[in-house]
Amino acid sequence: MSHPIPALLLAAALAAGSVHAQTPAPAAAGAAKTDPLAEYRRLLEEGNPAELFEARGERLWTQKRGPRSASLERCDLGQGPGVVKGAFVTLPRWFEDAGKVMDLEARLVWCMEKLQGFDGAEIAKQPFDRGEMANVVALATWVAAMSRGMRFDLPQKHPQEKLMYEVGKRAFFFRGGTHDFSCASCHGVAGQRIRMQDLPLLTTNPGDGVGFAAWPAYRVSAGQMWGMQWRLNDCFRQQRFPYPGFASDVTVALSTYMGVNAKGAMSIAPAVKR
Amino acid sequence: MTTRREMLATGSKVAALLAAAGIVPATAHADWNKTAFDAKTMAEAARAFGGATPAESKDVTVNGPDIAENGAVVPIGGATTIPNARRLLLLVEKNPNVLAAAFDITDAVDPSFNTRVKMGQSSDVFAVAITADNKVFFAKKEIKVTLGGCGG
Amino acid sequence: MADPMRIRAQLQGDKATVRVLMAHEMETGQRRDSAGKVIPAWFIQEVTATLNGRPVLNAQWGPAVAKNPFLQFNVRGAKAGDKVVVSWKDNKGDTRTDEATVA
Repeated sequence: MSHPIPALLLAAALAAGSVHAQTPAPAAAGAAKTDPLAEYRRLLEEGNPAELFEARGERLWTQKRGPRSASLERCDLGQGPGVVKGAFVTLPRWFEDAGKVMDLEARLVWCMEKLQGFDGAEIAKQPFDRGEMANVVALATWVAAMSRGMRFDLPQKHPQEKLMYEVGKRAFFFRGGTHDFSCASCHGVAGQRIRMQDLPLLTTNPGDGVGFAAWPAYRVSAGQMWGMQWRLNDCFRQQRFPYPGFASDVTVALSTYMGVNAKGAMSIAPAVKR
Repeated sequence: MTTRREMLATGSKVAALLAAAGIVPATAHADWNKTAFDAKTMAEAARAFGGATPAESKDVTVNGPDIAENGAVVPIGGATTIPNARRLLLLVEKNPNVLAAAFDITDAVDPSFNTRVKMGQSSDVFAVAITADNKVFFAKKEIKVTLGGCGG
Repeated sequence: MADPMRIRAQLQGDKATVRVLMAHEMETGQRRDSAGKVIPAWFIQEVTATLNGRPVLNAQWGPAVAKNPFLQFNVRGAKAGDKVVVSWKDNKGDTRTDEATVA
């Protein structure tokens, strides 16, 4: 007696594979060596508007703000209170005081709550480029910039850190939504692209300054500064998944998975993207 | 009787009210060459700065990438070696209004300027030098835009 | 008031290469919001710069200059320690002035 379900899954996998993957032909792979967009990207790097957000983040770190009129200078990003350099490349990680694994943006909101008296739930509701959420993005941009050139080395000692890695891995391959997409649909195979955008393989270390190591980044097309939370949010949108909560467990888990996979990769954040 | 002082005070109050209501002159700066920035062709823009008919010249250079990944931000620059050039314009032919920027050329700076412009589509970009005696010289370059960048 | 500019003035011989990033929306006035209303034009119209107080740059810009604009020019006769001041004014009359030291 044949079981219909595996056949359906196989058919769906094949159909999904052919619809949205574009593996370049061998001839095209050779042409890609002289990247026609290399000059454009080089020119943008000479003056990355992310610096404007970085500068704002730096000001926000020391400014006394919020109901408690306090600065963020005692914020512990994982390397000890007030230690910013090197923090970005070890996030997400477990935080004892919060009792959970947090990514950079979740931790910044935590500090804004505990030190400055802001309402974290209210911040989480705001669009990424408005109000206090925009300040979170600016802070994340600066914190990331303070680790520029350093290599990712996320801790995987605490059981929760290991758990989040495993959850992230499951989430990465989880297919859902109207189109049966998963993160792996785009980022689970090497050498794919969507139109002009190369899609890095994220199940392993995709290299210096690629994938996880390239965010936060300033996107010139929209003139927006995107942290990893915004990046993941938009990935969910592209997959036709439900809107993910800001700093939700699944987003932190996916960051943990990608960050651990990127161990040893050099961070170029904040970068500049199309 | 309204004193002159009271009238002046009222006038500035009214101006402040108008400003607060958003009803301010479109050009806050009197010297901004609106005619030039409304121009639809390079010749028109040059004319708005007092220039004559444009002629292509090797003494003007325009630089930029061959292909821009996104038209919202395209780095372009212009330069000239013409000794009595007094103004350098940067234009995008297929934009709704061709003139993007106009730089004064003085002894204090190199006659070479770089900025970034929005391009709605693949188009020629121009650097235009206008001399002290109103001669106009230009250079052009095609920039392909993979995705137009005027928003919306 | 807009965020400060990022200004770098790098000495090369007797010239300073000045690179500026400005925080500005540079709205063209041709876009519409989700309700269909035109988003009003809002853009930098004038950019000036001085070296030790002496005017060196004067530029007029239109809305076709990109958002968060970048500007690069070379100032002649500069030396280390000189002060570069850059100012902009937009079509609403807002202004911003920031400075940097030639290094």
